[in-house]
Amino acid sequence: MATLSRSDVQHVAHLARLGLTDEELTRLEGQLNHILDQYAILAGLPTDDIPPTAQTIELENILRDDVVRPSLTAEAVLSNAPARQGEFIVVPSILDER
Amino acid sequence: MTELTRLHAHEMAAGLRAGEVSSRDLTTAHLDAAEAGNHALNAWLSIDRERALGEADAADARVAAARSAGGAALAELPPLIGIPVALKDLVSVKGGQCTAGSRILDGYRAPYDAHITERLRESGAVILGKTNMDEFAMGSSTEHSAYGPTSNPWALDRVPGGSSGGSAAAVAAYHAPLSIGTDTGGSIRQPAALCGIVGIKPTYGRVSRYGIVAFASSLDQIGPFARDARDAAALLHAIAGRDDRDSTSSPTPVPDALLQLSASDDEAAASLKGKRLGLPREYFVAGMEPGVEARVREAVAALESAGAIVEEVSLPHTDYGLATYYIVAPAEASANLARYDGIRFGPRLGDGDVLANYLATRGQGFGAEVKRRIMLGTYALSAGYYDAYYLKAQKVRTLIKADFDALWAQGFDALVAPTSPTVAFRFGARMADPVSMYLSDACTLPVNMAGLPGISIPCGLSEGLPVGLQFIGAPWSEAELFGLSRGYEGITAGAEWRALEPADVAASLDPAAPTPAERAAALTSA
Repeated sequence: MATLSRSDVQHVAHLARLGLTDEELTRLEGQLNHILDQYAILAGLPTDDIPPTAQTIELENILRDDVVRPSLTAEAVLSNAPARQGEFIVVPSILDER
Repeated sequence: MTELTRLHAHEMAAGLRAGEVSSRDLTTAHLDAAEAGNHALNAWLSIDRERALGEADAADARVAAARSAGGAALAELPPLIGIPVALKDLVSVKGGQCTAGSRILDGYRAPYDAHITERLRESGAVILGKTNMDEFAMGSSTEHSAYGPTSNPWALDRVPGGSSGGSAAAVAAYHAPLSIGTDTGGSIRQPAALCGIVGIKPTYGRVSRYGIVAFASSLDQIGPFARDARDAAALLHAIAGRDDRDSTSSPTPVPDALLQLSASDDEAAASLKGKRLGLPREYFVAGMEPGVEARVREAVAALESAGAIVEEVSLPHTDYGLATYYIVAPAEASANLARYDGIRFGPRLGDGDVLANYLATRGQGFGAEVKRRIMLGTYALSAGYYDAYYLKAQKVRTLIKADFDALWAQGFDALVAPTSPTVAFRFGARMADPVSMYLSDACTLPVNMAGLPGISIPCGLSEGLPVGLQFIGAPWSEAELFGLSRGYEGITAGAEWRALEPADVAASLDPAAPTPAERAAALTSA
């Protein structure tokens, strides 16, 4: 199985939106490779004809009537926001100014 | 009044109905114990005395009204009315903190009650507060809490297990007769084993997870801790059942048998006769401590003496469980934890564009184990690796589940096995090597992979520390598992170890005792 290089670790950290220090990247490179070594046992098990299991209960396609029901108030939903203005959450601009 | 904390919940319930004790008395005694012991144990992240006493008074009013209305009204009171309960700090209680053991939820206030919180309120239970846990339930020792580790009441320099270590320690140390945990790979059963109490992971879908902080959604399940089988069964009965807000919660009826476990030790012991139990040979894993294996084999022999038929069986894919779990669980976690972005709740760190905010908030808000699992999961799901890791693990999961299905088809009533390969370990013993920590759950995580119920009950001591015995059942067989557990309690009712209190409960009340964080630091630097 694959071995993770330092740049692989940096790439995965970017995908996961984790800002990691150099020290963390170094430690994770060693630890992730050690853990991935444990996964190697799976490669030796033939599974070509085995269907995957995503969940273990027989329930599927749970439906409900599409009716209006009470929900949380806007105030309750917004009460935990780190920055807000009225009924809006303030976030940094994601579009360049033109 | 300190003896009130030694009562089992069913004894408290009888006392309340007889008018011998009030919920206020019970609640006060447990709050006092929790506040006195928390300096040395750090089992609690919050204790809400005012709210708890308000709930206790409301319960007392309901009991008093029922008593004046007569016998029938008294009998109709819910079983848990007036009984103190502790909640793991990932269960939403409206207006209260819900940290999941993480800095990234520092200051967050739950805007609504979890389903099980609503159910506990309806049942009249008194919520004392919230307990410590490994961050986002990722860990087997509670050392991964951002708020410091929890000590084991049996030995203060040792871990209580995890991730529900605070809930287990609180019940073992008599801070509460009942508590709630969650179990994704063993996080109820392993701490129950290490703290010498009862803990059950119900069948996947048995309890609604609405309002619970998610870790790995195809594995997570909520369950109770207690000091005996009857109390745990009553708490499960109160929280179980279908809830439309969690589509994975099942409409399968919740059996009233959970409330009808025998009060008689002899009758419970007699019910073991003719039970057919499988003993999976793969669960006596490499690295299992001899004292743990000895206690488990003695317990199996005791079950046989009581008339149970025990046959050695094989779960041939057990060795693949650990690798499978540590792909599936981190993959699901990496998706679930994407929501912690500092936009809608929690602290927002960084100063600049939105990407810089994400990186800083998540990089500094999550602890080392959570970041490790997010990295593992993100990698296992990433382009080019999905087939080799995540899809492969899901296929092996099918084989692990099929191992169990084959045994249910042969007519076994349940399987009996160790819960944890070791007793409680010292702080720091497994922090340097994540794989050694993951091995703590080798005997419990296949049960989550297969969606089955599993219970851990105490079966004696090894070197003065508790050993857990695990019963594993077919889906929806919780009542059977509780019957077996109650039977084992019956045949061991007179055992010397049953009368022992956790050795360090008294020491935990010393206000000058070191905190768990200080003990851990001393062990790590030694």
